Amino acid sequence: MNSLKKILLGDQGLVVIFAVAFAIVSLTVPNFLTERNILGLLQSVVTIGIVACTMMFCLASRDFDLSVGSTVAFTGMIAVIASNMTGSIVLGLIIALLSGTLVGAVNGFVIACFRINALITTLATMQIVRGLALIVSDGRAVGINDPGFYQLALSRFLGIPTPIWVMGALFIVFGFLLNRTVFGKNTLAIGGNPEAARLAGVNVVSMRIWIFALQGLICAVAGIMLASRITSGQPNAATGLELSVISACVLGGVSLAGGRAAMTGVIVGVMIMGIAENVMNLLNIQAFYQYVVRGLILLIAVLLDNLRSSASR
Amino acid sequence: MSYLSVQNISKSYPGVQALSDISFSVEKGAVHGLMGENGAGKSTLIRVLSGDQSADSGTISIDGIEQNYGSVRDAFDAGVIVIHQELQLVPELTVAENLWLGRFPGRGGVLDGRQLVETVRSRLQEIGVDVDPNAKVTSLSIGARQMVEIAKAVMMEARVIALDEPTSSLSSRESEILFKLIARLKAKGTVILYVSHRLEEIFHLCDSLTVLRDGRLAAHHPDIANVTRDQIIAEMVGREIGNIWGWRERSFGPVRLEVSGICGEKLPGPAEFSVRQGEILGFFGLIGAGRSELMRLVYGADTRRGGTVSIDGIEVPADNPRGAINAGLVLCPEDRKHDGIIQGRSIEENIAISSRRHMSPFGILQPGKEAALADRFIARLKVRTPSRKQDIVNLSGGNQQKVILGRWLSEQGVKVLIVDEPTRGIDVGAKSEIYDILYELAEGGMAIVVVSSELPEVMGISDRIFVMCEGRMTGEFARETFEERNILTLALPDRNAAHTV
Repeated sequence: MNSLKKILLGDQGLVVIFAVAFAIVSLTVPNFLTERNILGLLQSVVTIGIVACTMMFCLASRDFDLSVGSTVAFTGMIAVIASNMTGSIVLGLIIALLSGTLVGAVNGFVIACFRINALITTLATMQIVRGLALIVSDGRAVGINDPGFYQLALSRFLGIPTPIWVMGALFIVFGFLLNRTVFGKNTLAIGGNPEAARLAGVNVVSMRIWIFALQGLICAVAGIMLASRITSGQPNAATGLELSVISACVLGGVSLAGGRAAMTGVIVGVMIMGIAENVMNLLNIQAFYQYVVRGLILLIAVLLDNLRSSASR
Repeated sequence: MSYLSVQNISKSYPGVQALSDISFSVEKGAVHGLMGENGAGKSTLIRVLSGDQSADSGTISIDGIEQNYGSVRDAFDAGVIVIHQELQLVPELTVAENLWLGRFPGRGGVLDGRQLVETVRSRLQEIGVDVDPNAKVTSLSIGARQMVEIAKAVMMEARVIALDEPTSSLSSRESEILFKLIARLKAKGTVILYVSHRLEEIFHLCDSLTVLRDGRLAAHHPDIANVTRDQIIAEMVGREIGNIWGWRERSFGPVRLEVSGICGEKLPGPAEFSVRQGEILGFFGLIGAGRSELMRLVYGADTRRGGTVSIDGIEVPADNPRGAINAGLVLCPEDRKHDGIIQGRSIEENIAISSRRHMSPFGILQPGKEAALADRFIARLKVRTPSRKQDIVNLSGGNQQKVILGRWLSEQGVKVLIVDEPTRGIDVGAKSEIYDILYELAEGGMAIVVVSSELPEVMGISDRIFVMCEGRMTGEFARETFEERNILTLALPDRNAAHTV
């Protein structure tokens, strides 16, 4: 009993829980452990997974970003419109990435330079950016002219769809960035104690702007992938994404109080969210119940986290 | 027959025997001192007494009745109240509301506002605390807040009040008021447990004394009159410490740090001083004298209104700590918890936070180098920890301070080190270790500024002293002219008050 408790509340507790849950689901749910279903599952978490990479940095530095859903929709829209207008997909993607970065940098600038609460700032930009997406599209879905754009989501490498490769690559890049670079350590230091980090020579203002700009950039990547998959720019795409992403991060042990984050945790968090939804679909559970289950999973994760931190004290 | 009796208390945490077999007793109406180095078990003992932690074995009796409490609430009911270093008041409520918190007077949920205020007013008067019951706690000074906490304990009919390092953030005048209050409580028959590092206070206040070392009872002195200062220090550290300051003569080089005409929002008067290579300059003043504010301006932590800082004749950028660090100027801040340590991160990361940029090509960390660096400074500064991976919040104050020193010693090209209250809340053994580090650095040519509100410390380790009072520099003393009374006189805002000290 005690050793079980130790495993569950230890550093790798979440991974263990995930592995056990995965094994149980594989054995009991029909059609779960098939190549087709697993790839579908991974495809379904691509948007959350990609955005979670940078949300982890935001949360780790004791900040918060509610504008990610709007930014994903906006940048997807920009990618489609710019590609259509310029006739070049590459140019369209570059413009989308730049506009995403700009949204993030504005968030970061307002939060870091004017010391305005991140929750309020991004609540405002969430609405502004969603509005912009609706304005540029006149509220309608915008179709893609060049079918080459679809290939971003449809193409496969070694039998695995490109978006999954992109997500995997970003997991590795951001895992490295968090654990093995000065940038990552400074992010965690700011989250641990912003004033002490500043007095220790960390440039907190520019770090925060960078973190948000990076968040915007990565939202654009997710937005482009999403637009390609749904074969159009949708102004109402990715509503509620911010909460799913934050849930996944918290599930993965990222502390909302800052200073604590791990890439493996976030990956597991994303997968748990994806599996829960996938399994409920396979078992034909009505969509309405899925909300309840998702909320319960989040609550349990937070309670577990609470037990963990009180056990380590 | 003793009033408070602690018998054979033991308490262990996983891997640590925090207390073993502690016994002592205190008479009714006595002030009992509790001393020991950090980690000696004082905090654990206080926690057990306050019901916050339960002992593995042993008993606590008050007035001959054995107490059996399992929670802080039980301890309250038994009349044992602990006043912690971090005060437990709600800042946005008034004094009276805080004193009644948890059991507001009134009927059916409707507050009896008059009773609320008037009871508190009479209670405050009774114990001689001059605070307005209607004042919000945020508007009070730290000293006044502490008085309110004590008043709260008195209102709860406390029979035993434990004070944990009560004077650590008080000015000497506030401390005097506290001592008078303690005398009054004593006259009422309350038992006071007084935890402090300051020997002067222990001798001034206490009737009896317990010394702890490594979780064991090092000594129990039923009458403090029979004990000497050196004896207590020896009991605390387990060895004789001759002179904890250990100052030695050094030769100075040319001027390293030159500060002129500096001023800022919290420091209206322009300040000037300079420090030579190898010199330790002390800054003395009471809390609120502007010493920390001055140092923060020099470091670029706060925005300057004017003035310049230069090192070896080269001007240091005014507006950010990073610029100062690059120029070779570093600061160990006064408030370790708020401005110094990075909570939740390891010792290793706390040491490497600034210096790692020199050993991380393209911003990519070299874990091996960082680990070696951390281990080197843990060894050199004698940080007591099982591992460099330990979360810094688990260290004692003295060890945290050493880690912050390590942060700056691991930086390259540090020419000026400013340490603000380097030994606050730190035990004697660790103190002299920190002084030794400072001397060693000074001998290496560093210019060192030590800010402290402990006069013996400033006098003990400085080559020269500047005195500050109410935001202005009021005097300068060379080591040959150090004289306690003269220095104190210049530090006190009210010149007449000097005679009472």
